[in-house]
Amino acid sequence: MLAQQLVNGVLLGATYALFALGFTLMFGVLRVINLTYGFYFTAGAFLSLLLTARFGLSIALALPLAAIGAGVIAVVIDWALLTRLRRKQAPELASLMVTLGGVLALYSAMTAWLGPDIRRLPPGLISADAIVLWGLRVTAAQFLILGATSVLVAALLVLLRGTRLGLALRAMAERPDAAGLMGINTGRAAALVSFMSGTLAGAGGVLIGLNFNAIQPFMGESMMLRGFVVIIVGGLGDVRGALIAGLALGIIEVLTAGYVSSNLKEAVAFMILVAVLWTRPQGLFGRSVVRRA
Amino acid sequence: MTLLTTAMLTRRYTGLVAVDAVDLRVPVGGVHAVIGPNGAGKTTLFNLISGLVVPTSGTISFDGRNITRLPPYRRAALGIGRTFQNIRIFSEMSVLENVLTGLHAKLHVGLAGVACRLPAFHAEERHAVGAARAALSLVGLSDRADRQAQSLAYGDQRRLEIARAMAQSPRLLLLDEPAAGMNPAETAALAALVRRIADGGTTVLLVEHDMGFVMSLCDSITVLNFGRKIFEGAPSAVRAEPAVVEAYLGARLAAKLRANHG
Amino acid sequence: MTIPPWLDDFLWTYGNLINALGVNGLLALSMYVVLSVGQLSLGQAAFMGLGAYSSALMTLQLKLPFFVVLPASCLLPVAFALAIGIPTLRLSGVYLAIATIGLGEVLRAVYLNLDMVGGALGLNGIPEKAQTWMIFSLLIVAVAGLWLVARSRIGRAMEAMREDTTAAAVMGINVGRYQLGALVTSAVLAGIAGCLSAHQSSFIGPNEYGFEPAVTILSFALLGGIGTPIAPVIGAWILTLLPEMLRGFSDLRLVFNGLIIVGAVLFLPRGLIGWRMRRRGA
Repeated sequence: MLAQQLVNGVLLGATYALFALGFTLMFGVLRVINLTYGFYFTAGAFLSLLLTARFGLSIALALPLAAIGAGVIAVVIDWALLTRLRRKQAPELASLMVTLGGVLALYSAMTAWLGPDIRRLPPGLISADAIVLWGLRVTAAQFLILGATSVLVAALLVLLRGTRLGLALRAMAERPDAAGLMGINTGRAAALVSFMSGTLAGAGGVLIGLNFNAIQPFMGESMMLRGFVVIIVGGLGDVRGALIAGLALGIIEVLTAGYVSSNLKEAVAFMILVAVLWTRPQGLFGRSVVRRA
Repeated sequence: MTLLTTAMLTRRYTGLVAVDAVDLRVPVGGVHAVIGPNGAGKTTLFNLISGLVVPTSGTISFDGRNITRLPPYRRAALGIGRTFQNIRIFSEMSVLENVLTGLHAKLHVGLAGVACRLPAFHAEERHAVGAARAALSLVGLSDRADRQAQSLAYGDQRRLEIARAMAQSPRLLLLDEPAAGMNPAETAALAALVRRIADGGTTVLLVEHDMGFVMSLCDSITVLNFGRKIFEGAPSAVRAEPAVVEAYLGARLAAKLRANHG
Repeated sequence: MTIPPWLDDFLWTYGNLINALGVNGLLALSMYVVLSVGQLSLGQAAFMGLGAYSSALMTLQLKLPFFVVLPASCLLPVAFALAIGIPTLRLSGVYLAIATIGLGEVLRAVYLNLDMVGGALGLNGIPEKAQTWMIFSLLIVAVAGLWLVARSRIGRAMEAMREDTTAAAVMGINVGRYQLGALVTSAVLAGIAGCLSAHQSSFIGPNEYGFEPAVTILSFALLGGIGTPIAPVIGAWILTLLPEMLRGFSDLRLVFNGLIIVGAVLFLPRGLIGWRMRRRGA
């Protein structure tokens, strides 16, 4: 029983990690807490709905297409909201506020347009069978989550560590002003980071929509709390941290739901956040964040 | 009598030692400078003294008291004033209001007194305005007291920053590159102002690149290079010191200079 | 005292709206206090919820009189404000913002699942103890108090912190103490607003204190501006009355609030009412 819980926890955690990755990337490279991120998550889910229900595509096609679609939307919206602030070198709180307003407008517009009802992906997209390995039950949907997350994370790490582009992004994360002077086109890099993080969010939206079989306009919002916990516990801007913290949170949530009470899941996540703020605010891998003034 | 001492003051960052075991001794009275090539650690030293950066090791003492662990606002209350390299005035406020904020630590009427507008509150405000106007006349900005701070010319903004730091009559004034961006006329006026301030009883410690400014004004000079103190002494001695010349020009050029001048 | 029938009618029809103006005014002030020291807290809706639920329980279960319940409604909000505010004082402002957004979401989930507060159905039948005059007197006292503080050396210090925290600290301003004080004050104002609102609408539910209301409260303050305490209240009144007047667009109310924030940050950082507090010597 415990082993099964752990498996479920790891798989839930994988989606949390995926969600948090794009978020932390955005902060790490661009120093922006981009709250519209939750909307891209929703957008990915709705796009997959459109592609499968209206166009009858299989999940193998719908997932990447929806993710890329979310990435494109992210580039456009981030450009509209953040370019001006980036040029003025506005403080971090300004971009937090503008994306806060933006995400509320976007969620509400989508609700006004499509209605707040919960929708489901068409049945039969993925086999409902489960594989049983060593007494552990893993559904096909969960396998997909595991596979897709691993692929995306691996691709991201390869990009960041192994390519010139990744080097440029890491340079921007360290010293934005110097990066600009080194000839890195910050505008284009920002667009690229938006695309990458939007794609990650979109993929996460499709996978969660598939796993819980529920898609509705404000779904990104409930993920937000988990996202915050993961990026702060993992360290703002750190990819490994997001991964580890995401998996840990998934496991802790499932265990709490199983052994304590399923009503306390969110409370546990928040208590972890507060505990980290009191004891080790930079999280697992973040750089020191204590300021003096 | 020393006003400020640092003992083995060190600030380390990953991969870099910004300030390396610096022993600084600033006596009471007079004008003293910290100079050194770019990246020598001068601004970090100032940040350590004013409390904006926490030292990795070492201590700082002010007027006999260990202030190493004190937060910035407490150091201001003890009598350390400071200006910044890139002028940090409050641009939306008026000139007079800027200087009034400098007096914050000296005003004591609490929230209740403020809310109920007790006589003590009014008296304190009147006194504060008086002190602020005195600071403005010291730097020569009295006629511009009601203008918005950001409308001032660059040189005047620098003087405003000094007035703000002087408002609470600090014992030690830290000036971070005060002559930066000034033309010769402005620099001369600034030197005269610094001399007036020192003559008034405030000890001045400044960081500066302009050698003419430093040499003509200072009673003693400390030279930093790569975070370490390499020399300390009177201006005339500093100029001739080989280690200093080498620090600024590099070893090869310094050797050439020595060879040429015998 | 008998009031003329037309006034009676007016109050009957618009009573709720007028009360809402008062409550939203208090909420806008709670946002103003935090923004005026250069912080961003989005916990006002969460604090309001804590005040609303705790006061409702005190009235319904403990049967305490209202004059005890009203001040007691600040206790939980202040406790949470301290729990989040103290550790984040020494951190960048982003942490407080994130933690307070999270607080709202967490509390909503807790309310939904806690039987004691009625779960998804909320609490019903709260007696209407909060009168309009009560709400507005508190609003006026709050505005006056904040105005007096803003027009003094404390207000100067606040503006200094808002412009440049580091320079303010070096001037001798204890930034941490003011920021924590502002957060606690905002918790008190929001808690009281919650108590008043609960005791005049007779019903409260878990969805009234989450993400959307939190962002809406921010839009009040950004629309009005934070130069003086009156400005955010006016912003709140505009944004409370507008949806009433444009009945057909109620779906888009939140879209509008979101766009206001975007517009304010990008184009109108001083808000609609760009006044600055004039202080002695200015």
